[in-house]
Amino acid sequence: MTAVSMTVNGQHVSAEIDPRTLLVQFLREELRMTGTHVGCDTSQCGCCVVHVNGDAVKSCTTLALTCDGASVTTIEGLAKGDELHPMQAAFRENHGLQCGFCTPGMIMTAVELVSRKGTNLDEHTIREELEGNLCRCTGYHNIVKAIAAGAQAMGTAAE
Amino acid sequence: MSATGIGASVRRKEDFRFITGKGRYTDDINRHGQAHAFFIRSPHAHATINGIDASAARKMKGVLAVFTGDDLAADKVGGLICGWMIHSKDGSPMKAGAHPALAQGKVRYVGDHVAVVIADTYAIAREAAEKVVVDYDVLPAIVDTATAAATGAPVLHDVAPNNTVYDWKLGDKDATDAAFARAKHVTTLEIVNNRLAPNPMEPRAAVGEYDEGSESFTLYTTSQNPHVARLVLSAFIGIAPEHKLRVVAPDVGGGFGSKIFIYAEETICVWAAKKVRRPVKWTSDRTEAFLSDAHGRDHVTHAQLAMDETGKILGLRVKTTANLGAYLSTFSSAVPTYLYAPLLSGQYNIPAIYAEVDGVYTNTAPVDAYRGAGRPEATFVVERLMEVAAREIGRDPADFRRQNFVTQFPHQTPVIMCYDGGDYPQALDKALELADYANISKRKAESARKGLLRGIGISAYIEACGIAPSAAVGSLGAGVGLWESAEIRVNPVGTVEVLTGSHAHGQGHETTFAQLVSDRLGISIDNVAIIHGDTDKVQMGMGTYGSRSGAVGMSAIVKALDKIEAKAKKVAGHVLEASPDDIEFKDGKFSVKGTDKEIDFASLALQAYIAHKFSGQELEPGLKEGAFYDPTNFTFPAGVHICELEIDPQTGIVTIDKWTAVDDFGNLINPMIVEGQVHGGIAQGIGQALFEGVVYNKDGQLLTASYMDYQMPRAGDLLSYDIAVTNTPCPSNPLGIKGCGEAGAIAAPPAVVNALTDAVGHEDVPMPATPQVLWRAAQRAVLKAAAE
Ligand code: FES
Ligand code: FES
Repeated sequence: MTAVSMTVNGQHVSAEIDPRTLLVQFLREELRMTGTHVGCDTSQCGCCVVHVNGDAVKSCTTLALTCDGASVTTIEGLAKGDELHPMQAAFRENHGLQCGFCTPGMIMTAVELVSRKGTNLDEHTIREELEGNLCRCTGYHNIVKAIAAGAQAMGTAAE
Repeated sequence: MSATGIGASVRRKEDFRFITGKGRYTDDINRHGQAHAFFIRSPHAHATINGIDASAARKMKGVLAVFTGDDLAADKVGGLICGWMIHSKDGSPMKAGAHPALAQGKVRYVGDHVAVVIADTYAIAREAAEKVVVDYDVLPAIVDTATAAATGAPVLHDVAPNNTVYDWKLGDKDATDAAFARAKHVTTLEIVNNRLAPNPMEPRAAVGEYDEGSESFTLYTTSQNPHVARLVLSAFIGIAPEHKLRVVAPDVGGGFGSKIFIYAEETICVWAAKKVRRPVKWTSDRTEAFLSDAHGRDHVTHAQLAMDETGKILGLRVKTTANLGAYLSTFSSAVPTYLYAPLLSGQYNIPAIYAEVDGVYTNTAPVDAYRGAGRPEATFVVERLMEVAAREIGRDPADFRRQNFVTQFPHQTPVIMCYDGGDYPQALDKALELADYANISKRKAESARKGLLRGIGISAYIEACGIAPSAAVGSLGAGVGLWESAEIRVNPVGTVEVLTGSHAHGQGHETTFAQLVSDRLGISIDNVAIIHGDTDKVQMGMGTYGSRSGAVGMSAIVKALDKIEAKAKKVAGHVLEASPDDIEFKDGKFSVKGTDKEIDFASLALQAYIAHKFSGQELEPGLKEGAFYDPTNFTFPAGVHICELEIDPQTGIVTIDKWTAVDDFGNLINPMIVEGQVHGGIAQGIGQALFEGVVYNKDGQLLTASYMDYQMPRAGDLLSYDIAVTNTPCPSNPLGIKGCGEAGAIAAPPAVVNALTDAVGHEDVPMPATPQVLWRAAQRAVLKAAAE
C-alpha cells in the first residue's frame, strides 16, 4: 500500500492504495464518485475522461499514484452548486445524450477542447477532436451540436 | 399543443442526473460486504473438459469459492433458455442443445463460461483464476455460417446432428415457383449480412444479494426487461420463486437488444450470493462483452426477384442460413424467422413470396436480437434486390420502387403481415426532393472531374414494431405474451406516479411518458414521476425492445388514464353533487356541464382520499388504476433513406456527404427524442455497412475483441443527417404511434451499399465496406473505364 493525496473537485483527499490502482478505480471505488465511467479496457472509448491539472485524461489508463499532488476535476465537480456548467446545459438543451453513459466523458472532453481551441468551434473540428470518445446512442449529431452551442455559451459566460 | 404536452420537444427530465454524474448504473451500486466474481472462460472454440482443478485457487487468501458446472447441477440450477419455439418444415420442434450457465463437460465457443471465482476483491478473483487448471481436449471447430450444416462439419450438440436447429419456411412455394416460371426477368443476389457486436457503452453488470432474514434474493442488473429476467430466473432456472426474487434494472447505459437476454453471469451472481452469504458483484470488461454478449445478424442468403416485362414484381424467393452461435440465446430462434421473413414484402406489392431459413449452430458466441432484429436483414435483402433489379432492367431505381409500392390499405402480404396504413410515395417524393435526386448526374460529373466516384443509394424500408398481439405471437411459438402494463397512482396532493413495465435505457421515457400524462390530466410535467425497472415496484411488464414502448407501453398508460378519468368523474359527481355522466374533464378541471361548478385535479385527488363526500359502500376511496394493453396488430413504420457518397479510388476512403431520411412514425410525442433515435439508428446502420464486423478465425478465435480491432463509428466517420417525417397515424393504437427506435439501423445499410455499388458500377461490395474492400471495388471501376 502506498499513500496518495490529491485534490478532487476542490476537496483534498488522501488514501493508502494498492500501487496498481487506476485513477478511475480510485475515484469510483475509493471515493465512491461514480460519475466517471468505464466503457472499455483499451483506452478507446473516453467514458472515463477527467481533467488532471486542466488536461483531459483517460482515467482508465492513468495510475492514481501519478496524480499525487494533482488537481483532478470530474463530472461531479463541473457545476457550481445548482448552476450547471454551460457545457452541461448545452448537452441537455441539444439532446446530446440518450443513455448518458458516455456523457460525463463527452462533457469533460468538450470543456477541455474549448480551453484549447476556443469558443468558436466548427463541426469538422469538433468531430475530429472527438476521436477518443465513443457514443453508441446518439450518432454524434446532437453531441456535435451541443458542443458547438456549449462552447459559444462558455464564451458568453466568460465575457 | 402545450409546451410540455404531446408533440412538444420537451427537454428531458432525466438529463440532469446524467450530465452531473449522478446517474445510477449497476456498476455504481455497491452493497455492504460485497464480493467480486471473475469468470473463467474457455480459450478454445470447441473442447471437452476432462477436469477442473481449483484446489490452489481455493487456498488463496481472499478467495471465497470457485464454482463449476457441477456445483450448479448439484443445486439443481436450470440451464439458460430460449423462449420461442420454431418448428421445421416437417413439423418437428427445433433442436435445442442444453445451455448450462457453467459448462458441463464441454465448451462450445471462445468465452464460454467454465467456472467462476468469487473473492474479496476483483483483483484477487482474477489472480486466483490463473491458478485454476482446466484440462481440455480440443476438438475441431466450425465457425462458418454457410458450411456449418455440411457433412463432416464438427457437431456441437448431439441433439442437432448436422448443426441444424431448424429448417423453417414461410410462404407459398408453388405459387412462388409459378410466378418465377412466368417471369420476364429474374434478379439474383448472393448476400452476406455481417455479424455485429451490439456494444452498448455500458458493459453488462450484476450485483446479486441474498437476505437471510426474508430468505429472498435481489439482483441489480443491466436489463432491458427486468420482469422477464425474474420470470426466467424463477420459473426456468429455479433461483427462487418470484415473490422471493427482486430484479432491479436501474439506469442502463444502452442495450440495443443485447440486454434483453438472460445470461450466465447474472444468473450466477444471484445464485452465488446465497452460497457465499455475501453480495456478489460482476462487471464485464469490454473484451468479455465482445466474447459473450449476444451478437447480431450473420446471415448468408440467396435471393431472387421475378418481374414481368413492365417491371411489375411477380415473386420473391429467399433461402437464408442464419448463424445462431453455439447456444440458443433467449429469443434467438425468432430473430431470423418470424422477425425476418414476414418483412420480406417490403413496401411492395409482391403476390408470391417463399422463404426458407436454416438456423445453424457454430462455435461462436450466441446470436440474438440486435437493433432491428431480423428486420434489417430482411430490408437489406429487399432493398438490394430492388436496386439491382432496377439497374438490370434499365429503370430508375426510384421509379421502379414507385411502380411496385403498396398503395391500398389494409394490405395483406403473402407473409403474415397485414399493413394497416401508410403513404409510401409521399415519403419517397419528399426524400428525393430533399436529396436533390434530380441533379445527381451533375454532381457525379463534378466528382469524376476530380477523379472521384460518386454514388447515390435509396432504401425504402418497412418494419414491424410494437410486437405484438399476444395470441398472434403465441400461435407463432412465443413463450410469452407481448402486452404491456401500466399503473397510475394519483397521490392525495394531485401528483402522479406512473409505474410502467417498459424500461428506459436511453429512450427518455421519464419525459415522453410524463408528457402523455401531463397532457391528459392537465397537470405540470414536474408533478409526474415515471417509475420503472424494479420488480418490487412494478408488478409485471415485458420491457423495452422492438420499438414497443411507445406503441404498446404508452397505450397501456392511456388505458389506465381512461380508468383514472372514469373513477375521478365519479368522485367529482359526489363532490359537485351531480351525476358522473354530467361531469366534463378538460384542462385539468372537472366541471358540471352547463354550470360553473368545478374542481381542479389536485383538489379532486384529495377528495378521493379523504372520502368525506361519499361512503365507501357507494365508491371506493383512492385514485389508483392499472391496465394491461395487448396490441391488436403490429405497427408498420416505414420511410425512405437516401445516402450520397464519394469514393476516392486511390485510397478506398469513402465520404458520406449527404444523408436524407424521411420517416413515417405516425404521431410523435416528442420530436426531439424521435430525431435522436433516428440519428443513433443511422449511425449503427452506417457502422454495419462501412466499419463493423465480428471476425472469428477458422479455429474460432475471436479476432475482433476490442475497440482496436472492431471499428465502432466515431464522430469523425459520420455526418449530420437531414431528417424529416411524414405522418399517417397508426390506426391500431389509441395514440397513433408506430415506433422509431430501430428505423435508422434498418434503413441505413442498404442505402449505403446501394450508393457504393452505384459509385463503383458493379454489385460486388461486401459489408463492411472497409477502405480495402472499396479500393479493390473501385480499381475494377477504374480499369473498366480505362478499357472503354
Ligand atoms: S474506459 Fe477509459 S477509454 Fe474506455
Ligand atoms: S448517450 Fe449512450 S453512449 Fe452516448
